[in-house]
This record gives sequence, structure tokens and C-alpha cells, in this order.
Amino acid sequence: MKLNDATALHEQSLYEVRRKIYPRAVHGAFAAWRWTLVWATQLVFYGGAWVTWNDRQAVLFDIAHRKFYLFGLVFWPQDIIYLTVLLIISALALFLFTAVAGRLWCGYACPQTVYTEIFIWIERAIEGDRNARMRLDKEGFSFTKLFLKTAKHAVWLALALWTGITFVGYFTPIRELVTSAPGAWETFWALFYGFATYGNAGWMREQVCKYMCPYARFQSAMFDKDTLIITYDRARGEPRGKGTGKGDCIDCSICVQVCPTGIDIRDGLQYECIGCAACIDGCDQVMEKIGRPKKLIRYSTTHAMEGRPTRIFRPRVLVYSAILALIAAATAASLYLRVPLKVDVIRDRAAIAREVEGGLIENVYRLQIMNTTEQARAFDINVTGLPGILVWGDNITGVPAAETRMVPVRVRVDAAVPAGSHPIEFTVRALGVAGVEVHESAVFIVR
Amino acid sequence: MSEFASGVWDLYIALVTIVSIVACAVFLKSQSVRKVRAEGETTGHTWDEDLAEYNNPLPKWWSWLFYVTIVFSLIYLVLYPGLGTWPGTLGWSQVGQLKDEQSRAEKQFGPIYQKFATIDVEALKKNPEALAIGQKLFLNNCAQCHASDGAGSRGFPNLTAAAWQWGGDVKTIKTTIAEGRTGVMPPFGASLGEQGVKNVAQYVRSLSGLTADSIRVALGKDIYMQNCVACHGADGKGNPALGAPNLTDKNWLHGSTEPVVIETITKGRTSQMPAHKTVLDEARIHLLTAYVLSLSK
Repeated sequence: MKLNDATALHEQSLYEVRRKIYPRAVHGAFAAWRWTLVWATQLVFYGGAWVTWNDRQAVLFDIAHRKFYLFGLVFWPQDIIYLTVLLIISALALFLFTAVAGRLWCGYACPQTVYTEIFIWIERAIEGDRNARMRLDKEGFSFTKLFLKTAKHAVWLALALWTGITFVGYFTPIRELVTSAPGAWETFWALFYGFATYGNAGWMREQVCKYMCPYARFQSAMFDKDTLIITYDRARGEPRGKGTGKGDCIDCSICVQVCPTGIDIRDGLQYECIGCAACIDGCDQVMEKIGRPKKLIRYSTTHAMEGRPTRIFRPRVLVYSAILALIAAATAASLYLRVPLKVDVIRDRAAIAREVEGGLIENVYRLQIMNTTEQARAFDINVTGLPGILVWGDNITGVPAAETRMVPVRVRVDAAVPAGSHPIEFTVRALGVAGVEVHESAVFIVR
Repeated sequence: MSEFASGVWDLYIALVTIVSIVACAVFLKSQSVRKVRAEGETTGHTWDEDLAEYNNPLPKWWSWLFYVTIVFSLIYLVLYPGLGTWPGTLGWSQVGQLKDEQSRAEKQFGPIYQKFATIDVEALKKNPEALAIGQKLFLNNCAQCHASDGAGSRGFPNLTAAAWQWGGDVKTIKTTIAEGRTGVMPPFGASLGEQGVKNVAQYVRSLSGLTADSIRVALGKDIYMQNCVACHGADGKGNPALGAPNLTDKNWLHGSTEPVVIETITKGRTSQMPAHKTVLDEARIHLLTAYVLSLSK
């Protein structure tokens, strides 16, 4: 579409067909960092599902039995607060990284970037680099083309399917998943996540970042003039071109060719920029070749570009760091002090109070005792808070590993206790294990 | 709801639905093109001094997603009940889905109960697995009245005392659970008079060894022999066939103090144990019977 006269109205479609981007291969310090993170995250993801701990899968989110296993820790539905805290910590960490160093997450660790990187690597291995791929797409049908395309999609699909299976393997033990016939839901989700991987990393790519990712849209609110961004040194580079009297930028367009989102960083900071630094690596290679200093495109801040000092410790960074440290410390302390026993007291409602032999008053409670460890344990139940109060009958109960038992408990008090409702406290203690003790308050009614 | 189910409203709702869907499609089509002054026009807003946003077009597949939702809604309205009284070609209904899930649950959990159906109650009383299941059934179905420990409360029998109002053999307990029971003690206040009731109360209390006035006990015994023996028996041991409680033991369903006994005799009592055969099948009642019998030590 050619530029029109600024005043003339013309029709424009609100929707455009995507222009396919062919990122050129790039090598350099930042590409090496990205590959390091690709390996690190994927070793954890693909390998983590196979680690064994206590004769079970080390990391398993067993939704059917409502238990989350994380190495030595077992989380019950009552521990949902830790999931909330984890999400808050992740969000705050993202805010902090963004304020300090821009879209580090996007450029190096986001699954969208990581899988796109892997998929493009496969594409490059089969179809060749940027120019070869562009040529292949332009030419008509041939058996070579059919073979290359089929091979690429077959490898993509295989990797995507394995990704889907691995993901489901965190919810259904992965060894069962691959050795026995998987259930209908496991199959569905493995295919679903496999298809999502194939679609997002193979086809959608930068469109996920541009049109779907909410973080890409609100991250600009966390930027300021001291945030690390990828910048083109306009003063040094312009006027671009070859020959005398020109700046350092020789307008070779390598920075555009390597960009996975297809933008020209020389136009300044844009929301499409995921901060991957491919353009830095690309430009540095060229600068080296033509014997000019590197860092024509570099990580810098708006303040630095304006020749002013960059402040790392500014109020927003300090506030994010303080909150993050506080929550992380509180969570660690809470996890460390967590008692692997949960008790709920449910008072019998219909039978309020009854008189038993000797004129004693009796109330009945149900104690739901949840043994959150992976060993069978015995617990004794005691009660305090009123004259002569005691648990009548057997007050020791066994609970198998990681199970729940509902125990009816009779509590008796002296006849002298006046009518009304009185606060009492149950103490449930694991026998033979120090420190595993839970106190639960309840109400005793005399009428 | 029947006042809303007349044909006119069905058609009205169906019409509104169809027109809305068609309008959405027309609107989408009409809005896919717009007039601009020049390429690279911004939205006209500026944030943070100099941050502007290009009014760039959306990707084409984005608009397809809108059309996909329209196609989806049309297919949905054919398959499922959504247009007036149209039942949908799949024949889906909420009640049907519930019945489906219930029968699937029964298929899954039924065998757990069936496993014990042929085992003798005496053996089940010593089977910890059966008792654990029995306890769950008891806590869900019986504990509201009989209390979580089975010891009941005022007006609700104590199941741990082996004092069976209707009989404590396996068959009778099963009948009690399945069919329910209605226990009726008729009022005697009018026929016996205030003093008469007081005397009988003294006699009845003396039967289970509670303190009583010996003169009133003697007077009360005569009244008892004329009015109460039919149900509670000459020896006061009651009659399980009628559900008449044993008056000589220490178990008092409604209370043993003199004012309570006088109230029971004067006004009578009616107690209801509901029938459970609609909620519990035979296999579950079998397990429950074993659990209940295991409570009396």
C-alpha cells in the first residue's frame, strides 16, 4: 500500500494477512545465553518428570487424589495458599526483572521463545537458513520441497507430541503413561498440549507475543528511563549507509533479518521487541568485520542514551525487591514450620448435649484427622478448657500414610459446668514424633 | 414456570437468539474495512509524554475466530436445547446427565459394597475394611440423629447400649433401617389424672432402681397393671414387637428425671425413624447393620 495524501480518505482492511518471518541464524554472546537457558529449562521440563523420590514420582500433581507432590513435600487442597503465594512471587519477580532489565523473561526463558527457538533450529537444519527457506517457499511444487516440508512437520509433530506427553506426565505418573494404555483424558490433553506446542512454536510464533500475550501489553507500564532496553545508537549510526561522511550503520539490514518478530530496532523501542538481543549479536558481527567498535546496537537505558547516569536502585525496584524478599522469606519460614497433620473439628449438631452416668455432661464431635506425611502414624486426642474435661473412651487413633480418618470423639465434663456454650481446645499429637501437634478450638455446650 | 412456557415466548426467545447471531455476523463483515486518512495513523492518544500507538490492523486469523464462534453457536443450537422448546438432536438434558452420572458412579462404587453382601454380619463385625465403610455410611446417613458415636441423644435411641426397642437381631435391624419405625406412646394425662400420673411415674422409676416414694410406688403399681401392661408387660420389660421400651434398664429414651417421666406419661410420645430403602440399597444396609451391631459392646 503506498502512502496517500494525508487528507484523502481511503479504504483499509481492519485485518491483515500475516507476513511470514524468516529469522536468520545468529551467533554470539546473547544467542549462547539463550541456548543455555533453552537447555536448562528443557532439561528440567523433560527430565523432571522422570525423577523418583520416596518410591514415587518426585514432582507429581495428582489431581484425582487431590495431592501435589514436590520432592519431600506433599500438598493437600488445604495448602492452596502456597499456590497463591507461588503465583504472587512469580508475578512480583516478573515485575522486578522487567523494571530492571526489561523483557529478559520474553527474550530468554518464556516457553514461547524457547520452543520457537527449538522449532526454528529444526526448520533450519532441514530447510536451510533464511535465504534458502525464502527460496523454498517461493518455488513451485517439487518432490524435494514436499520431502523437506514433510520431514520438518514430522519432526515438529514428534517433538510437540513428546512435549504434550511430558506435560501430562506431571499429572498422571509418566511411567504409567508410557507403559500402559493411557486413559481418554490423558490422551486428549497430551494431544491438546502437543497441538498447542506445534501450533504456537511452528505456526503462530511472534503472533503469540504480539496479539495474545497480556504481559507484552502491560510491560510498558513497568518500564522507566532506567530500564535496560535494546537500543540503537542513533548518534553513532546515522546517517546510515556506505561511504565517507556516513555513520557506523552500513544499512546491511542484518538486524532486521535476524529479528524473530520482524521489526527494525533502528526505529526505536517497539512493543513487538521481545528483548532477545539477536540484533545485537548480528550487528556486533558486522561491526567486527568492518573494523568498527561493537555495541552500535546494545542493551542500554533511555537515560544512558541521553548521556545521563542510570540508576539501578530506584523506588519501584526497591519496593518490588522488598515485597518479594518479604513474601519469599515468609513462605520459606511457613513451609519449614509446617506441621504434617491437619485436623478439623465438627461438632454434632442435632445431639446438643446429653447427661451420662454420674451426672456428667457429654458432647460428641467428629475429628477429621489428616495425616499429610507418607508414613502411617498414630495420634492421641486430648482436650482442655473445662473442669474435669476428658476424652471418653479410646483416645488413640491410627491413620495410614497420606490418608484421612473421621473419628467420633466423646467429651465429658463435670456436672458443675454451668449451662451455655464454652470454648474448649482439642490437641492432636502424633505418637513418637516430636513437634507434630495441632490445636483446634471448639465449643462445648451444656443445657 | 409454566406461565413462561407458552408458545409465544418460546418463539420470541428463539427469534431474538437467531437475530442476534445474524446481526453479529453482519456487524463483523461491515466492520472489517474502515476509512483512514493515511497509513501509519496513530490511535490519537499519547501516554507518558511521548508514547503513541499505531492503529495497526489485526491479523486475519483473528477475524476468523469471530466467525468460528458464530458457526459454533449455530451447531450448538442444533445439537443442544437452546432455542425455545427445541430439545436438540443429541437428546441431552440435565436430568439425563444426572442419571448417567449416577449409574456410572453405581457401576464404579457398587462392587465395593457388593463384595461384602454375601459375608455374614458376624464376620463383618470383625472386618476393619467393612467397618470403615460402615462408619462412612453411618456418618452420612444416621449420625444426624443418633450422633457420630451412635449413642443418640434425647429422643433418639442409643445404639451402643444393646437396648433394642424393636429387637436387636440382624433381620430386625435391617427392617428398621429399610422400612423405618414409628413409635407411639399414647397420652394418659386425661384418664389417670394428675395424681395418678405422678404415682405411675414413681412406680416406673422404681423399676430401674431410681429413688421413689414407696407409698406412691404401691399406688402406681395398681394403675400400671391396669393401663400399661398391654405394651410394656407385667414385668416392665417392654415388647419389641410393639416397640415398647424396656422400663427396667438404665436406658431412658426421653429422660429419667421425674418431671420428664410425668410429661411422657401425661402427653405421650411419638417418635419417627425414617425409612432408608430409597437411599440405601440392600448391600449398603447389610454393611450398616454390621457397623451398628459393632457399636454395642
